[in-house]
Amino acid sequence: MTEPLTITGKRAPAVTPVLEVDNLSVTFGRGANEVKAVRGVSYHVNPGEFLGIVGESGSGKSVSSMAVMGLLPSSARIRGSVRFQGRSLLECSDAELSGIRGKDISMIFQDPLSALTPVYTVGHQIAEGLLLHDKKLSRQGAAARAVELLKLVGIPSPERRAEAFPHEFSGGMRQRAMIAIAIANDPQLIIADEPTTALDVTIQAQILEVMQEAKEITGAAVVLITHDLGVVAGNADRIAVMYAGRLVETGGVDEVFHAPAMPYTIGLLRSMPSMASSQSRLVPLEGRPPSLAALPPGCPFAPRCPLVIDACREAEPALSGTEEHPTHQAACIRSSEITSGKLTRSEVFPRPAPVLEGAPAGTDGREVLSLKGLVRHFPLLKGAVFKRQIGTVRAVDGVSFELGSGQTLGLVGESGCGKSTTIMEILELAKPQQGQIRVNGVDVADLSKRDRLKMRRDIQVVFQDPMASIDPRLPVHDVIAEPLTVHGVSKKDQQRKVAEMMELVGLDPEMASRYPHEFSGGQRQRIGIARALVTDPKILVLDEPVSALDVSIQAGVINLLKDLQLQLGLSYVFVAHDLAVVHHIADHVAVMYLGRIVEYGTSDDVFSRPRHPYTQALISAVPIPDPALERTRVRVLLDGDLPSPTDDIPGCNFRSRCPLYQLLPEEQRLRCRDEDPSLRTVDDTSVACHYAEHDALIDTVAKR
Amino acid sequence: MIGFVVKRFVNYFILTAIATLLAYVLASLSLNPAQRYLGRNPQPSPEVVTSILNGLGVNPDIPVLERLWIWLSNLVTHGSLGITVDNQQVTDVIFARAGVSLRLLIIGSIIGAVLGVVFGVWGAVKQYRVSDQLVSYASFTVGATPTFVIGVVLMILATGLNGLTGHQLINFSGEYTAGLQGNFLVLFGDRINHLILPTITLSLTAAAGYSRYQRSAMLDVLSADYIRTARSKGMSRNSALVKHGVRIALIPMSTYFAYSFALLLTGATVVELVFSWHGMGEYLVHSVQQNDINGVAGSVMFASILVLIAGTLSEVVYAALDPRVRV
Repeated sequence: MTEPLTITGKRAPAVTPVLEVDNLSVTFGRGANEVKAVRGVSYHVNPGEFLGIVGESGSGKSVSSMAVMGLLPSSARIRGSVRFQGRSLLECSDAELSGIRGKDISMIFQDPLSALTPVYTVGHQIAEGLLLHDKKLSRQGAAARAVELLKLVGIPSPERRAEAFPHEFSGGMRQRAMIAIAIANDPQLIIADEPTTALDVTIQAQILEVMQEAKEITGAAVVLITHDLGVVAGNADRIAVMYAGRLVETGGVDEVFHAPAMPYTIGLLRSMPSMASSQSRLVPLEGRPPSLAALPPGCPFAPRCPLVIDACREAEPALSGTEEHPTHQAACIRSSEITSGKLTRSEVFPRPAPVLEGAPAGTDGREVLSLKGLVRHFPLLKGAVFKRQIGTVRAVDGVSFELGSGQTLGLVGESGCGKSTTIMEILELAKPQQGQIRVNGVDVADLSKRDRLKMRRDIQVVFQDPMASIDPRLPVHDVIAEPLTVHGVSKKDQQRKVAEMMELVGLDPEMASRYPHEFSGGQRQRIGIARALVTDPKILVLDEPVSALDVSIQAGVINLLKDLQLQLGLSYVFVAHDLAVVHHIADHVAVMYLGRIVEYGTSDDVFSRPRHPYTQALISAVPIPDPALERTRVRVLLDGDLPSPTDDIPGCNFRSRCPLYQLLPEEQRLRCRDEDPSLRTVDDTSVACHYAEHDALIDTVAKR
Repeated sequence: MIGFVVKRFVNYFILTAIATLLAYVLASLSLNPAQRYLGRNPQPSPEVVTSILNGLGVNPDIPVLERLWIWLSNLVTHGSLGITVDNQQVTDVIFARAGVSLRLLIIGSIIGAVLGVVFGVWGAVKQYRVSDQLVSYASFTVGATPTFVIGVVLMILATGLNGLTGHQLINFSGEYTAGLQGNFLVLFGDRINHLILPTITLSLTAAAGYSRYQRSAMLDVLSADYIRTARSKGMSRNSALVKHGVRIALIPMSTYFAYSFALLLTGATVVELVFSWHGMGEYLVHSVQQNDINGVAGSVMFASILVLIAGTLSEVVYAALDPRVRV
């Protein structure tokens, strides 16, 4: 363990770290099933410091923090030392640890949906944490303090909300409640395990703000565990990157982001689609993380590393710093070559050359899919014995767009905005409740049953979760060939076609007889794409195709989608909540809010000059993986959650959360309240806002 | 919330009505009430038999649906379930015997449920440990043993115990000692004494089933995120499991409770016969043996009303345990 040091590299005046983890190892299972989840991790956190631990799934980042909390199952074998304020936690009994947990160290978990007990009120669950550690506190006192805490984390009308059950809270509010529980006893250390991964970008931005506030109020040190480099860029003081159960790079946030010394970190940073650049190809990080059950000797990243030399395969390099930057450490034998500039970082992971330029093969830009005023309402029923309709869920409320052949339309918006319902309506190929859907110029309402089946060949879908959307009991060949069986293609043709498709998506056709669980996440999504392409469709509907994948895998899949579009002249409807990905792949973007499109235009226009306040807020909420930029920029934060789609809001339905509306003088607000804005053209984009030309929001943000 | 319970109650009510009607039709079609009078000496004349059958409303010459209609109108207008072959009102017999059965059933099922929950939770928390294995094997053994065998084995054990101590410590024949004199306490104690063995028999079978379900429900909960949250607040493992785990693991059990109550009823029939209790279970068997259509229909109705009550109760319990279903 090195001396405690500050970010700048100067020796700190004898600060005792809050948390010192030294050579921590966690092993599950025995014998042949032994999985070394964490292998000798050492780090420290100083009081009030914000440490970001970054890594892909399976890198051991969560396991190591659970080991700190003493919450691993008893089957885990833990070695090394964990010292909290000088006290060795691994030697504490569970009763002693219980006194520390929730009082001195508290934790925020990933999925707020399942992290709160469904049968107790939120107030009760916060008060419980208080009562456990303060025996003198009365029940009323704890309840009152719980309300205070809810107010602190920004829950409106906290007195009433404290009485509510978790299922009555939205995801963002539940995570706020989790933070309230975590800060209840003024802890010294807060460990947040992927606290924003399950949330929308707008809510993620809110939660990160609340976490910063919580940190300032309690003065606690924060360890934030995440897979998203953007999340830690603006908040963290120091970064630790984990790979295959080990720390591979640590350092100040600026050092790690601007001068990464480990090829893995370089690859991670370069593989992220950025909001700034759109058209250049992403840099994929080939391969997959090694299995922790059977690690080969040498550097675990060696099989994926472009800089690999023979020495890498012999022994695992230790984490070490350089003379001038002792705190910036990397576990790579060639890191000195990288830091000294002998190897430029862009050469480590070169940007792959585009396969083809220009218009995709065999496309003429004519319309392949068009929606006109599509409406999908669901009745909301109430009553036990006799059902009566008490409202309408306006899931899709008049959506129109066109998709040209060879083009990509990005459909973005928060969850619950109607993106998925829209594409489900398209895929159904049936007469919509209102409006018109035309595929290849044919109105789908007029189709006969046989024509509809035939048309299904032309429009295929790739789903979000490649684990859940593929039948685990079918070999990959059958999975891919299934659409052909439906359309009555002969077995021999199926085999040929499947092999062709697997080749196309970058899978070895030899692997056709294997089962889905033998493939990695990225490979499985390729299987999903092959299955969609096997009928030679013209249109591919992509429902969040990369959101379940790790960043390093994501880039490869996006590049593949772009290549396929160029080779086969496909048209994509690309649904995603990750704006950077959409910016990267889409030609046109439609931003949806409460069942309507609020802004529609070319990707470049919408992303560079967003006109609708909602689009501005969405874009501004996306974290940028650049600490310098992230710290200086001011965000347009949205208040609250998406309103219920059952609410009948007169006038503009974004009004309740609109940051621009707040700035407008009263006489202008009147129009927002009374008149429902329809899409109109402003500078080549269509915007549904009365004051789209108003730059008040942009100006204030710039001034702040 | 009330609407939810009312809705379920209406559903159960319809099911009860259907069960009763089907029972009446089935009994009418399969039982032969005239048979009772065939082997009599002196042989009653056919006219006499017909008039008796007509009096009972079970004459096979009248179409079943017509008889059902008459039976049903009697039930609705007079609250009468007809007359038994011994010329008693079926309702009177049921009222007399219901108390006997319910005493056994309610005590048995409550003890069974409590034991089942405790053993199930215990088994889940100690998964794969020796104590879990013991509980598992014990519940499999009990589950695989017919109720009457358990009853008889308990009787043998009790006899042995009585013989060993030289006193009549445990009584197990009938529901009370006939002709016993004494004040209220003595009589009450006597009844409790008679309850011991039948209750153990019933609760053991019930607990064996419950504990398996409770164990798997609890296992689901053990790995839940909210248990981890509770632990991260500083709760000890045991109190986190009890406060945050058991209550949620009980939610699916309240549904199982309704169905197992019906199963317990069949178990009770055997227990009543084994321990010579004159309860509803014994009455059902008796009625079938006597070719008593009204008696059979009446006892099936009694059973289905119990299921109706248990079902509604389980819905109330469900809603009380789980705020998510309260509307």
